[in-house]
Amino acid sequence: MKKTLATLIALAFAGLAHADEVQVAVAANFTAPMQQIAPAFEKATGHKVVAAFGATGKFYAQIKNGAPFEILLAADDETPAKLAKEGAAVAASQFTYAKGKLVLWSAKSTIVDAQGDVLKKAGFDYLALANPKLAPYGAAAIEAMKALGVYDTLAPKFVTAENIGQTYQFIKSGNALLGFVALSQITKDNQITEGSAWIVPAKLYTPIKQDAIVLDKGKDKPAAAALMKYLQGDAAKAVIKSYGYEL
Amino acid sequence: MNPADLAAVWLTFKLATLVTLILLLVGTPIAWWLARTRSGWKGPVGAVVALPIVLPPTVLGFYLLLLMGPNGVVGQLTQWAGIGLLPFTFWGLVVASVFYSLPFVVQPIQNAFEALGDRPLEAAATLGARPLDAFFSVAVPLAKPGFLTATVLGFAHTVGEFGVVLMIGGNIPDKTRVVSVQIYDHVEALEYAQAHWLAGGMVIFSFLVLLVLYTLNPTGKKK
Repeated sequence: MKKTLATLIALAFAGLAHADEVQVAVAANFTAPMQQIAPAFEKATGHKVVAAFGATGKFYAQIKNGAPFEILLAADDETPAKLAKEGAAVAASQFTYAKGKLVLWSAKSTIVDAQGDVLKKAGFDYLALANPKLAPYGAAAIEAMKALGVYDTLAPKFVTAENIGQTYQFIKSGNALLGFVALSQITKDNQITEGSAWIVPAKLYTPIKQDAIVLDKGKDKPAAAALMKYLQGDAAKAVIKSYGYEL
Repeated sequence: MNPADLAAVWLTFKLATLVTLILLLVGTPIAWWLARTRSGWKGPVGAVVALPIVLPPTVLGFYLLLLMGPNGVVGQLTQWAGIGLLPFTFWGLVVASVFYSLPFVVQPIQNAFEALGDRPLEAAATLGARPLDAFFSVAVPLAKPGFLTATVLGFAHTVGEFGVVLMIGGNIPDKTRVVSVQIYDHVEALEYAQAHWLAGGMVIFSFLVLLVLYTLNPTGKKK
């Protein structure tokens, strides 16, 4: 009985090893485009994508501690560079797959005006943003508010979420009237899907360059190389742009 | 530890103390009823009380966020009552924690009440004690080990709460940034040294709490 079980388990793992799978750690803000790109990639190449979505800082810790990811689609360019420097990723493979745009957003249609003046009036209880220590969009939001000179008045109203996925949830549920999220989260087919939004001018914050990199475990894996190539192709680029990223 | 860490520790202590007190007040009648009733509602009520044991805290947190938000039933009620909205407030955490730790307080007390059986109360009644008198002077003292377990577990479980707080807290210093969230932030920001101070402290605290519980309340020796 024990032997059969062991054989079964061994077979199951052998099966996994042979399938052309690529395990990708994806920044939370890139969830929706990735969910559209992955099936297209699978159809085009026959490889299978296994994606995990979450905060880049968490992925860093997991990768450093043996997580099985082969590619990292980070929310910044520093984490991939750091991993490469520490020998956990292939430096030559790093490229910018998307440039994120910061947006001030409310789920209600009348709250955020086209100039973002709502920040100066400060007539709200809570302003949601991603934890600036952990998430690039949170850090960008802080930078923008400082540039606008509203940081000190708004700081007591901050509610910080673990990542921008949760920031979105705080605002969407109405618990925070407005907050800073990624344009990609509220954009589909080149249009803002709901609520009111102000796209924060790019000059107010350091560009959010989101870089991809092949990790140690993805080195020499054909499926990983194929996905990196696919992300730089026109089909993927069109999807990425349609979600409000720049390239 | 830096001041932010100390603030988180103090806040956690305040939260857990308050929640434990509320739970002893609310949980005892529920436990009594569950232990004594022959009503068909015993099953459903017991199941609802036990839900937080099996539900992932994120589920609880997610629904509390929606329920207590401006579009939720509870949120509309609190706004109508002039309290405002509960998410991102200390009292929001208190309410959430009461739900979250409810089974850890109700079940030990209920077990203790059930273990009493009918005889001590019948004896009290024969001696002329009214039900309420019998409850306080017979049932509660006899169920003391159950109350001790309930107090310790309710407190410790609230201290260890994380998922729910993450969902409805908003990580505000002195209001909703409790120790578990602070540890999480340190780990995420790769500040491992600071994380160890708090995380190691939690391990020691939890061990001591359980040690006290098992020393004062040895299991397997129930009469």
